Amino acid sequence: MKHLISIEDLTKQEILKILDKAEEFEDVALGIRKCRILEGKILANLFFEPSTRTRISFETAMKRLGGEVVNISAQEASSIAKGETLADTIKVVSNYCDAIVIRHFLEGAARFAAENSAVPVINAGDGAGQHPTQTLLDLYTIRKECRKLEKLSIALVGDLKYSRTIHSLIKALTLFNSKIYLISPEILSLPEDFLEELNGNFQKARLEEVIEEIDVLYVTRIQKERFLDEEEYRKVAGSYRITPQVVEKLKSDAIILHPLPRVDEIDIKVDKMRQARYFKQAFYGVPVRMAILSEVMQ
Amino acid sequence: MKERELVVSKIREGTVIDHIPAGKAFLVLKILRIDEKTKETVSMALNVPSKKMGKKDIVKVEGLFIKEDELNKIALIAPNATINMIKDYEIEKKFKVKLPEIVQGILRCPNKMCISNTKEPITSIFYIKAENGDVIAKCHYCGKKIKKIAEFLI
Repeated sequence: MKHLISIEDLTKQEILKILDKAEEFEDVALGIRKCRILEGKILANLFFEPSTRTRISFETAMKRLGGEVVNISAQEASSIAKGETLADTIKVVSNYCDAIVIRHFLEGAARFAAENSAVPVINAGDGAGQHPTQTLLDLYTIRKECRKLEKLSIALVGDLKYSRTIHSLIKALTLFNSKIYLISPEILSLPEDFLEELNGNFQKARLEEVIEEIDVLYVTRIQKERFLDEEEYRKVAGSYRITPQVVEKLKSDAIILHPLPRVDEIDIKVDKMRQARYFKQAFYGVPVRMAILSEVMQ
Repeated sequence: MKERELVVSKIREGTVIDHIPAGKAFLVLKILRIDEKTKETVSMALNVPSKKMGKKDIVKVEGLFIKEDELNKIALIAPNATINMIKDYEIEKKFKVKLPEIVQGILRCPNKMCISNTKEPITSIFYIKAENGDVIAKCHYCGKKIKKIAEFLI
């Protein structure tokens, strides 16, 4: 049985296989072509943390492939309110469906869920841990929009400490010989032990030093919900902002990505500039998740 | 051998753990789950002069042949420990502990947001490796690394 818990569970070849498959599903995601390969299958969306786009894009992906979806959120699930363990919830739900998508506020929850599940489990984000499906759609977007994945110069901006999106993406980028610039307020820099483990071309930088060189500007939100101390959050909130003046310094074929939702780190005036690709990136979530669902369920 | 005989008497049958870094003997017992509730007689020598180590600790557990897998867990805090299995006052087997690749249920993850620190029916699992002479444990669930292993023994 295949689970997708961490991007590290996939080889470079497996990643490329999913991206190629997503490419085949793009017209299905757009509603141009019909495809019913998951007809008769049921996906359980198990969300212990609020989510909009990840949940909806999984739901859309499943339905575009002819499957059905049941949504269970922590607020609705009476068993969870009654104190049922995650292990028991998974044992029960996995008997009702063909695959589980889980988002949880605790790190390692998806791996633990997989150990208790009778069906494949897909991690849709576990606390500040991993978010492999976001990484796959990020890689897909970069490959589509930059027309290559190898040897790109990529700046990661914002919350590098708590952002699971960043943690997953960095691991994947090391497979593609990227030059990675880490740009963040000091208290949100990438954890040291995380960096120690990676063999890659990393460099802490300031955006103005590298802006003319980079191919991809990947911006993240400072996540208020990950701060235990609100005072700490206030110190860094709004500490960086991508404005049209900043974007004008980028190469004309560079791209700006953001996992969304944004707060104020990208000025809405940037949305109309040619480098802005974050809404396209959000769309690519559907074909990529179609590829993942078909991979684990077929 | 004489050196040890001076500080702790010989045992007839059981396990002798030698070359424990000074001050770590109690942690060795903790790893082996030996405490006041277990029935074996345990004798310890602390701060024994040692040519190789300067000072060392020694633990003798009488009447118990501890399994090799269990003993290898000692390598987490005493990578150079040697084991002597004693029968009829003689050394029947002698070996050096080997760092296990994986340990279950003996370390606590320092990450408060790790699923392994909850009331779930879960046993902690850590992957062990030596890095630049240090022993590093990595949580199977959240990936958090532990460098000061002694602080996180359950």
